[in-house]
Amino acid sequence: MLLLGLLSLAAPFMLSGDPLALDPANRLQAASSAHWFGTDMYGRDVLTRLISGARTSLAVGSSVALFAVVIGVFIGLVSGYIRSVDGVVMRVMDGLMAIPGILLAIALIAVAGANLLTVIVAITVPDVPRVVRLVRSLVLSVREEPYVEGAVAAGTRVPLILLRHILPNTVAPLIVLASYLASSAILVEASLSFLGAGLPPEIPSWGNMIAEGRIFLQLRPELVFLPGTLLGLTVLGINLLGDGLRDELDPQLKQRL
Amino acid sequence: MSDDLQRPVLAIEGLSVRLPRGSDRAFAVKDVTLAVMPRETLCIVGESGSGKSVIAQSIMGLLPRPLTHAGGSIRLDDESIVDASSRRLRSLRGSRMAMIFQEPMTALNPMMTIGRQIEEVLQVHTDLSSAEREAQVLSAIADVNLPDAALLYHAYPHELSGGQRQRAMIAAALVLAPAVLIADEPTTALDVTTQAQILKLLKDIQRRHGTAIVFITHDIGVVADIADRVAVMRQGELLEEGATRTVLTEPRHPYTRMLIGSVPGLTPRRVETQAAQEIAISIDNLGKTYRPTSLFGAKRTVDALKQVSFDIRRGETFGIVGESGSGKSTLARCIVRLVDPSAGEIRLGAAELAHAAGEQLRCERRRVQIVFQDPYRSLNPRRTVGQTIVECPMNYSVPAAAAWKRAAELMRLVGLEPAALSRYPHEFSGGQRQRISIARALAVEPELLIADEAVSALDVSVQAQVLALLDDIRKCLNLAILFITHDLRVAAQVCDRVAVMHRGSIVESGLTETVFSSPQHPYTRTLLDAAPGKGWTFGTHGAVQGPV
Repeated sequence: MLLLGLLSLAAPFMLSGDPLALDPANRLQAASSAHWFGTDMYGRDVLTRLISGARTSLAVGSSVALFAVVIGVFIGLVSGYIRSVDGVVMRVMDGLMAIPGILLAIALIAVAGANLLTVIVAITVPDVPRVVRLVRSLVLSVREEPYVEGAVAAGTRVPLILLRHILPNTVAPLIVLASYLASSAILVEASLSFLGAGLPPEIPSWGNMIAEGRIFLQLRPELVFLPGTLLGLTVLGINLLGDGLRDELDPQLKQRL
Repeated sequence: MSDDLQRPVLAIEGLSVRLPRGSDRAFAVKDVTLAVMPRETLCIVGESGSGKSVIAQSIMGLLPRPLTHAGGSIRLDDESIVDASSRRLRSLRGSRMAMIFQEPMTALNPMMTIGRQIEEVLQVHTDLSSAEREAQVLSAIADVNLPDAALLYHAYPHELSGGQRQRAMIAAALVLAPAVLIADEPTTALDVTTQAQILKLLKDIQRRHGTAIVFITHDIGVVADIADRVAVMRQGELLEEGATRTVLTEPRHPYTRMLIGSVPGLTPRRVETQAAQEIAISIDNLGKTYRPTSLFGAKRTVDALKQVSFDIRRGETFGIVGESGSGKSTLARCIVRLVDPSAGEIRLGAAELAHAAGEQLRCERRRVQIVFQDPYRSLNPRRTVGQTIVECPMNYSVPAAAAWKRAAELMRLVGLEPAALSRYPHEFSGGQRQRISIARALAVEPELLIADEAVSALDVSVQAQVLALLDDIRKCLNLAILFITHDLRVAAQVCDRVAVMHRGSIVESGLTETVFSSPQHPYTRTLLDAAPGKGWTFGTHGAVQGPV
């Protein structure tokens, strides 16, 4: 996982070729010393595209997780602690959850046009209610803890109570959810791209590569398998990372182990 | 028959249980030898972490995962439990030995009727027909003095009170007439009056069925009431074992002496006569009514507090005693305004707190501070002790440097090192955390300190220290303390005046001495009668049996 992250950060510096460079004369080449993993239907270098695809996937995954968590935590804290707004907020969230995520994403992209930003926004929006629900339920249980009541009795103002006493004690499950959101966002982006509803085909993404490669599945199966395997490994890696982080950050859990 | 009585039903010899590596000690239980005769009650007494529950788990063959048997034998009727197959153990559990637990709510399956749960034992262990099983279950329910067996057969656990649930657990444990009953703190979660009933029931059943009882408890009062023999444990080692009377009156081991000496006496302490000081807080006709609205709009009202009035003077400890559900915690929460009272007034000097709101309420909050019961939940696990203590003064714009200086002084006041300010709560023991909670409450120099069951979760020896600390602080700072407890012994030791609460109202109040020596209200009398070990006086040189 770490390797993949480093690789995608360093990609612009170490890549010899342009992932978009066409070379129609050398299309569908087998692996060679010039092209380690061969070339695709337009003669583009597969290794280069795989690495830039990693950049796209990680960018989508991390930004979706980040945005969804930031927005969701804010709404969830407010809704869980201030009971008067809870009803309204939760009904809106229920409404959002009732719409299938991928359909909402396709619709948003169709309206706003396909580029990296719209894809990120389109995947984030249906994820927000999940975060809100989790945070709200955590807040509802943490707010009953005596140390929160102690802070109320000590005259701490509401925003500080939320920030100091409630938020830090909701982190552990949030990290797990965030890692799940990141990996599912990568999958959703790949499926959108595969369906042709996601990123435009010239942007190297694993979904696009699988979509293009599937025509040549019998001739050159690695055009599908390579991005597919990377996709699977990445998702697994992110989930393991999330679990590890949670164990590491929780002082009580750490003590118990 | 007489020969049978001489042979122990349960014999534990040289039992050792190893703890996982990295624990604070190598063995949970080390080289323990005990025997229980038929018709005998053996009490295993010790503070938390002494390994008494591990013994119970070993006997049942239910050691939790990281613990491993490291030597010694356990024989039930001359059959070795340590070597028994898991199949054999399953058939022994329930039929020859049974166990009841501390928390009767979690030990019963909420989705099954009481009758079904007791019947399950019969289904697993016998070939009785379903009609025969039902008849046996009904007689078992009647046996534990539960009213209306037929109705309870079809009741779910949530429809029963705590005491009734514990009776149902006992019925399930005893339906096959096991030779040994292991009771792991079975009355700790119950009110004193219920506890007294359950103890009496256990004694009754023992007399009728000849069951041997291994009773695990931390309460010396309970030991004095029911045990034939006592085993005192500390840190996994058996320190002393013998007939109850001998151990209680002539304890040999210094730890046993300390344990017995730490039990607060029921005789109220002498109140130093002092000049009447000014009134710190005055509660006038305080009431709290809950109006739960159900889904179908059916309205009912619950009066959690009814017309409660009292004054507390400076330098005085005022006790509120009562059982669970009496409204004593609601009272505390109303006074600190974690809950809004529905009626009445709380007067603190010139200010009125019951109806204060917004910024005015926030300003007045510093004058009343509270210490909660559970030391493990009353400190934010993610903030250092220092951050927790300075939070309150800094809310009231005390400069950071002054607040930290004060925090260091407070740490010394509560008997901890100021260096510990930078550590996190999980590094401290329960008693130390409770000291930290007290330091936090004192940080803004409140006029009233509320201790809501502040020592109930602590071991007796630690409890005695925290009580002494509270008393010192009261004298030192001339503080008014509202001390809420269910434990009459504790109340007798620290309170100048007490009020007895029952179903939301104060039924009796007055000087502690007066209330304890000549209780007027029948409920107060019931409470005092139910206090465990009331026929004994406990002291550092052992206990003396005799009227208090």
